[in-house]
Amino acid sequence: MHELSITRNIVSIVAGEAAGRPVKRVHLTIGRLSGVDVAAIAFCFPLVAEGTAVAGAELVVHRVEGRGRCEGCRKELPLDELVGVCPCERREPMAITAGEELLVRSMEL
Amino acid sequence: MCTTCGCSGDRSDAVLTVLASGERVSLMPVLDPKPRLVNVHAHHAHAHDQGPAELIELERRVLATNDRLAERNRAWLAGREVLALNLMSSPGSGKTTLLERTLAAWDGPCGVLEGDQETTRDADRIRATGTPVVQVNTGKGCHLEADMVWQGLQRLQPPSGAVLFVENVGNLVCPALFDLGEEARVVLFSVTEGEDKPEKYPHMFRGADLVLLTKVDLLPHLDFDVDASLRALHTVNPRVPVLQISARTGEGMEAWVTWIRAQRAQASHGWSAAQEPSRRPLGGPR
Repeated sequence: MHELSITRNIVSIVAGEAAGRPVKRVHLTIGRLSGVDVAAIAFCFPLVAEGTAVAGAELVVHRVEGRGRCEGCRKELPLDELVGVCPCERREPMAITAGEELLVRSMEL
Repeated sequence: MCTTCGCSGDRSDAVLTVLASGERVSLMPVLDPKPRLVNVHAHHAHAHDQGPAELIELERRVLATNDRLAERNRAWLAGREVLALNLMSSPGSGKTTLLERTLAAWDGPCGVLEGDQETTRDADRIRATGTPVVQVNTGKGCHLEADMVWQGLQRLQPPSGAVLFVENVGNLVCPALFDLGEEARVVLFSVTEGEDKPEKYPHMFRGADLVLLTKVDLLPHLDFDVDASLRALHTVNPRVPVLQISARTGEGMEAWVTWIRAQRAQASHGWSAAQEPSRRPLGGPR
């Protein structure tokens, strides 16, 4: 479960920025194609945050839908999975243009 | 809880073992910046009494610390002209056996960094070949991270011109997200697994620079459809080269060693041409 180490990084970033001030809310941006399970992060978050400035903070996750661009017809289309093939002749996976985000977006003090 | 950095201490059970000396080192997670501790009781007493919240925009990449440490590894390796290969697969697909045969076939200096949750069994097998080896036991961790490789490199100190094989923890999910500073990612896929593995674990196969279809000596005894497995793989990663290999019979070993040589030659252009090795996007097809 790589979400544990990802959550540790999230708490580390927020706690560092908070510099000891208690944090009320943490906003994350997690793309649907990022390979990260949001439920697992939500599970780990209070455990990892315990004893830091982030303890007790609410976690808000903003999802970004996947999008891909076909290198053949240059169209951009929604992408539900990491590998999506454009309906045009080019039978190759589209280049991902959105959905791989894994960011600490903001925090509320 | 770990009082050094305020983390929950979940990786305090990660241990590095230097096989030659028996030295054992506890690995603490590298977090940057380190979370600061607050008085938990004071926080709970006052947190809900405060006025409107102050919103602070951060827009920080969650894995930025690992990626920065991976870049440090990459620069360190390039400075010593060491070719690092990150070997990944499911557990039991034959990474250690392949390494044993590869080390016997390779005529230059080598080093091995072994990653497993527990035991030094794989490192013991590598040590028996005479190759310097360091074992990282990740404890509860399911993948190697860049700082573990850094710690391993400091103990291994591979000589200039060496090939460093990093055998990641057997896992097709988590290691895909963590750049270690390697030159190339080699993903093993054994014929005792399902043909659709690449489609089930696209992050891993999409990031592969080479796929080794292993244990092909077993093909006569299995229903495994090689063509179907290659179709599945190329759906995920259309241009990735594939070698069919059997560490047991030696089939394909020569092609694999030739591939490593070609990687060395290709990487050496970058080492001599640029002081700053270029950063590849993580997880994307290359």
